[in-house]
Amino acid sequence: MDPLSTLWETFFDWDSMRAALPEMLTVGLPNTLILAISAALLGSLLGMLLAVAGISRTRWLRWPARVYTDVFRGLPAAATILLIGVGLAPLGMQVWGPNPYPLGILALSLIAAAYIGEIFRAGIQSVEAAQLEGARALGFSWGEAMRLVIIPQGVRRVLPAWVNQLIALIKDSSLVYFLGLVASQRELFRIGQDHAATTGNESALLLAGLCYLTLTVPLTHAVNWIDRRLRQGRPATAAEDDDALALAGQNALPGDAAARAGTRRDER
Amino acid sequence: MSTATGTTTPVSLSVRDVHLAFGVNRVLRGASLDVGRGGTACVIGPSGSGKSTLLRTINRLIEPDRGDVLLDGRSVLGDDPDALRQRVGMVFQQFNLFPHMTVLRNITLALRRLKRLGEDEAAQVARAELERVGLAGRADARPAHLSGGQQQRVAIARALALQPQVMLFDEATSALDPELVKGVLGIMAELAAGGMTMVVVTHEMGFAREVADTVAFMDGGVVLEAGEPAAIFERPEHPRLRRFLSQVL
Repeated sequence: MDPLSTLWETFFDWDSMRAALPEMLTVGLPNTLILAISAALLGSLLGMLLAVAGISRTRWLRWPARVYTDVFRGLPAAATILLIGVGLAPLGMQVWGPNPYPLGILALSLIAAAYIGEIFRAGIQSVEAAQLEGARALGFSWGEAMRLVIIPQGVRRVLPAWVNQLIALIKDSSLVYFLGLVASQRELFRIGQDHAATTGNESALLLAGLCYLTLTVPLTHAVNWIDRRLRQGRPATAAEDDDALALAGQNALPGDAAARAGTRRDER
Repeated sequence: MSTATGTTTPVSLSVRDVHLAFGVNRVLRGASLDVGRGGTACVIGPSGSGKSTLLRTINRLIEPDRGDVLLDGRSVLGDDPDALRQRVGMVFQQFNLFPHMTVLRNITLALRRLKRLGEDEAAQVARAELERVGLAGRADARPAHLSGGQQQRVAIARALALQPQVMLFDEATSALDPELVKGVLGIMAELAAGGMTMVVVTHEMGFAREVADTVAFMDGGVVLEAGEPAAIFERPEHPRLRRFLSQVL
């Protein structure tokens, strides 16, 4: 047989795709979204706690956050998911029965939290100390100043990096297939793989890939959009007597992860 | 906690023999300053003389190692620092407005969260303060869209909205373009004339001469000489003050 047409049938066998599509959309897509969104919420929450602990003046908060981040950033995602999903399964069995999702979501969240924590920490630390002083001078406590003034600014600066992490999370959610899923629990990748195994061609897996892309590509563009907006600021007419130096001082976005967010210095 | 609708009565301010060291760097070495009720003290001196640090010990953004700060004769060092800072407003060289909030919200944030005012009441107080500094029309702008002078006036309105008994100005016009300085100094002069107790760290000698009741010259972490503007500027005694004045005037 002509090798080219073999290749074509391996990837673009429409019948295989058509057969996989309904399950892909009604089972796989919702499950992928459940995994990714739950882990994004939990991971961001844990990440924020890690970020705040990481900049704490208390050593007993700072170094556990440091160790946590090093460990969960340093392990392969597959290893973490297996260790937690399988290792804690007996425990999970007693709490929520034989459902791998809670532990899968937990593992994904713990991994995401390590990265998101670093992203948030970099953002928070990029906010000028003068902002904290300004808030403290009004009578806000350290905690209130962080919550109302510093963290909102810091998070805003690293939104692009945060969205990148969500993209990674959508992709990593495929790894829960390690944990053994019953038919109704399968997510996009597993459904694609199962169909590929029965049909003997990769078309269903390619279809799963396309489903991932419909989720991730718009997010990538969202990153670019946020990035541009942060760099250029909102459409505005600067006051004619603008004091460029002072404004740059207020708006400059230094810092490593913040560099991803672009720096407003560019416009000067 | 005082209510935002209460009227403030002028208080006197006394800084007594304040010492502060950052490691081996002794920034304040026994600085003292007295401001009468409703009076204005201008603090002048070379950079690095401890002026800004002294100002920050008054609202305890920096805690002194030794010495005392008194409002109306009562030490504030035992007070809750957050409550103290609501009574002592501060304006910074770089304005320190919150860039992610509108002008109005910059002012209402503390009114709502600290003074527990409702949204409408807070907005009303904020708009009145903006009116006072001539920015009634810019309530919905972001700080970055205002000129430096306008930003500083918002910062003043933000501090005044909390009805402080004392106002501290840390080189409030140093970051401004020359043509914007006058408007901000005008507001500060008005405030002084209205009976606000103020400590003004400044390089504007004209302002110190015309507005201050007391001018204090700092060098090396101490107030070397203090007195009425006429005495300080016309009959300076300390040689270092004379040298300083010969350089800036």
